[in-house]
Amino acid sequence: MTILGVALLALCTLIGVFLGDLLGILLDVKANVGGVGIAMILLIAARVWLLRHDRLGHATKLGVEFWASMYIPIVVAMAAQQNVVAAVSGGPIVIIAAVGSVLLCFAATALLGRIGGRAPRDAAEVEQAGAVIAGETTAPMRPSTTAGR
Amino acid sequence: MLHMLEHVFVEQSLVAAFAVIGGLILVSNFLGKRLTRGRVHGSAIAIVLGLVLAYFGGLATGGKRGLADIPALAGIGLMGGAMLRDFAIVATAFEVDVIEARRAGLLGVVALALGTVLPFLVGTLTAVAFGYHDAVSITTIGAGAITYIVGPVTGAALGADSTVMALSIATGVTKAVMVMVGTPLVARLIGLDNPRSAMAYGGLMGTVSGVAGGLAATDPKLVPYGALTATFHTGIGCLVGPSLLFLIVRALVG
Repeated sequence: MTILGVALLALCTLIGVFLGDLLGILLDVKANVGGVGIAMILLIAARVWLLRHDRLGHATKLGVEFWASMYIPIVVAMAAQQNVVAAVSGGPIVIIAAVGSVLLCFAATALLGRIGGRAPRDAAEVEQAGAVIAGETTAPMRPSTTAGR
Repeated sequence: MLHMLEHVFVEQSLVAAFAVIGGLILVSNFLGKRLTRGRVHGSAIAIVLGLVLAYFGGLATGGKRGLADIPALAGIGLMGGAMLRDFAIVATAFEVDVIEARRAGLLGVVALALGTVLPFLVGTLTAVAFGYHDAVSITTIGAGAITYIVGPVTGAALGADSTVMALSIATGVTKAVMVMVGTPLVARLIGLDNPRSAMAYGGLMGTVSGVAGGLAATDPKLVPYGALTATFHTGIGCLVGPSLLFLIVRALVG
């Protein structure tokens, strides 16, 4: 059932955020430490487990992938509620600090991405994942990739 | 008539947000295909349009949440808020290539460390250049360059001045906006086209909203990899900002 997929996603998110809060308290930090990242790792683990036990049905998958495909619209909504006025009217110190750190980090990305670089592996699978997140394919329409593994 | 329509939008806020954002994306895809012949992603245009609308929304209402401060569009606040944003980010992990992610694990850690130190360095140097001499203000502004959450968390922990706090938040927000807009422009130049570099990028840029927007506008398949590292960034920043980084700054400026 579709709701099982959504519930799995919700459960992973809740546990992840809870653990992130816990980690924050343990480290004496007033913030959630990596809650969403922990939730992502939990979901990846859940998917591997379900695949291995052949329990990942189409509907369950649809429940998760629907939300993955809503990612870009949600990000657009997020952009539409940023405090852009504050960003634009911040003055020189804000602009210099922000531009400087962004440019430096872009450069560091170029550097790190090249260290130990190698030919991309199995692009097809990553490519298909992109189509799901872009909301261009719907899960039930494509042939099952779960049965063969 | 118009009043009734507004009433429907207020009452059905989230549903109205779905319709409005859907319309915005439809227009953006059309613009992307027709005006740029597909050279610019529709989602990149949609994100920039969203930011432009947020600017005018902020001007019109004087609020801090862009379009979401307009009562009829309040649903955008829920749709694009932290709850659903994180929910959708977690969902993208379902598409992660586990082997790829594991291989880039160490790279992600290095990126996270650099992504905390480099912006902090730029932020503190800028603060010093603009005449700030006390360790608390310098650290708070530097932390703002990490992300707009690390800034105020650090500032609050150190008891920073409210104008310094505002500067710190504004720096973080400007950084997020610049990452959203800038990423698709420089993606090819910095080799951002595979899961490995996306994980480095996520750890370096940090700001979850910036990374989420930047990767969505560049290439959706990279989203989960970048998000995976980026979500640890704010937590780490909040951890070292008011402690380790502050102590170093205090030791240097006295």
